[in-house]
Amino acid sequence: MFWNEEIETMPRQDLEELQLKKLQSTVKRAFDKIPYYHKRYSEAEVYPEDIETLKDIEKLPFITKDDLRESYPFGLFAVDIREIKELHSSSGTTGKPVVSGYTEKDLDTWAETIARGLTMMGIGEDDILQNTHGYGMFTGGFGVHYGCHKVGAAIIPISTGQTRRQIEIMSDFGATGLIFTPSYGIHLAEVALEDGIDPKEFGIKAIGFGAEGWTEEIRQRVEELFGTKAYNIYGLTELMGPGVGVECAAQKGLHIAEDIYYPEIIDPNTQKVLGENTPGELVLTNLEREGMPVIRFRTKDLTKLTYEKCECGRTHARMSRITGRSDDMIKVKGVAIFPSQIEKALLKIGDVEPHYMIIVTRPGTLDEIEVKVEASHDIFFDGIKEMMAIQKKIGKSIENETGIRVKVTLVEPKTLPRFEGKAKRVIDERNLH
Amino acid sequence: MKIKQLSIFLQNRMGSLSKPLEVLTVADVNIRAMCMADTSEFGILRLVVDDPIKGKEALEENNFLVKITDIIGVEMNDTPGGLTTVLRIIKDNLIDLEYLYAFSHEKEGKAILLLHADDIDKLIDILTENNITIVPASEVYNL
Repeated sequence: MFWNEEIETMPRQDLEELQLKKLQSTVKRAFDKIPYYHKRYSEAEVYPEDIETLKDIEKLPFITKDDLRESYPFGLFAVDIREIKELHSSSGTTGKPVVSGYTEKDLDTWAETIARGLTMMGIGEDDILQNTHGYGMFTGGFGVHYGCHKVGAAIIPISTGQTRRQIEIMSDFGATGLIFTPSYGIHLAEVALEDGIDPKEFGIKAIGFGAEGWTEEIRQRVEELFGTKAYNIYGLTELMGPGVGVECAAQKGLHIAEDIYYPEIIDPNTQKVLGENTPGELVLTNLEREGMPVIRFRTKDLTKLTYEKCECGRTHARMSRITGRSDDMIKVKGVAIFPSQIEKALLKIGDVEPHYMIIVTRPGTLDEIEVKVEASHDIFFDGIKEMMAIQKKIGKSIENETGIRVKVTLVEPKTLPRFEGKAKRVIDERNLH
Repeated sequence: MKIKQLSIFLQNRMGSLSKPLEVLTVADVNIRAMCMADTSEFGILRLVVDDPIKGKEALEENNFLVKITDIIGVEMNDTPGGLTTVLRIIKDNLIDLEYLYAFSHEKEGKAILLLHADDIDKLIDILTENNITIVPASEVYNL
């Protein structure tokens, strides 16, 4: 089953011609309409007319999350705000978030990518899809929502949380499809089992998951619990949202919607473009975006690409699941967190030179974060009450900065490791990769 | 008359008390009185020592987080009701004590009560007005 068979099974040569045409017009629009690109490309002495082949994309400089952040909020928009119909944002590496803007057509393009993915998963008009991704500035909820409308399935926009209510609705409404982060999915199933309900009896046809790291074992566990297949969905707010890549029934990698996103793999250190089947950092380019064309975005996600035709018949490149990050971002409960945010939260409390360590665990099925903070003169008082209050204040400050509730532990001075050069602030004990 | 107490931040884990005590031993600083306030994760060790400045320096050289806090010591009768008498006066004057600890005095039949309140000067005034003996700091350091 295809949503857009002509495009999805297009011979690679034709696809590449299409990509080149779209790339040329995207680069030209970006150069003409967005001062950032005009400046960057002029400085690098590369101009739209230099893009004669797809390979020529390598002449263009990369864009990073920091560049996007510096253009906060609307600096990278190619259209007037009256053309923008929706705004989303994701956390930035330091302070300001990254904003993503969508025109009417962009929303339709976004929905198109999700519609292709839902069709790969076997979700169509007859289905009821329960979407546990958060609705809000996070793109997970709305992306799936629009795609679901496009394929004509009924959507239950329940968002995250309220687990017992989720189970009740799932059962009463007869949901046939589920969208969740793997850890939340396992949690849902376990709560159902606790209440004496076997999740297999819900009759779920397909599960789409993403927004956090997972292993093949986690997938198997989800599939066992619900008695159905679980498919990986990949995407990021900077480029649009979920739907950049989705797995087909073969479950042998995620098909990147290549007429909409142009993928490259680079060596994160040398920034050289790497060949097929070589692991490296994924770089993405919007080929079909009016509101905010992003060109050569360094995702910092590590993966590899294959261009071999898939057994499902699709010709679009497949990326393997994300095996790690080339920066220090961590994803907890689907939310991206940077150590610098924790640092900022501590500085706000008055800890002048904070020393801290972030420990991520998954004791059961849900992620937990502990932030160990070295006590210092700035945050030491001779009273348990005051110290408890400080601990709480740190927790609150971190929650304000990241949106995630963490456990704060005060430790003695000089007990956390010191680093020469770049500090390693995160210990991830979840074994996700 | 205020006593300089050392407040030391410690994590609540096995053996965490031994290191600071060892440091004080090596520095030849003698502990006169101590108390520990703790939670499940951390605690504050409060010490009255014979030489607070020397004690603080030695501990800080060994990376401990130390604060000097002013407390006072009052003399009370080492008999049933001795503590109650002092506490009643404090309560009747609406002073909120942060913490207290006590130890027996070398003087026959006397004990020393160590007190900390946010407004330590007011506490001193009230106790003096009520004829409670405030022990000079030097007497506590050199018991």
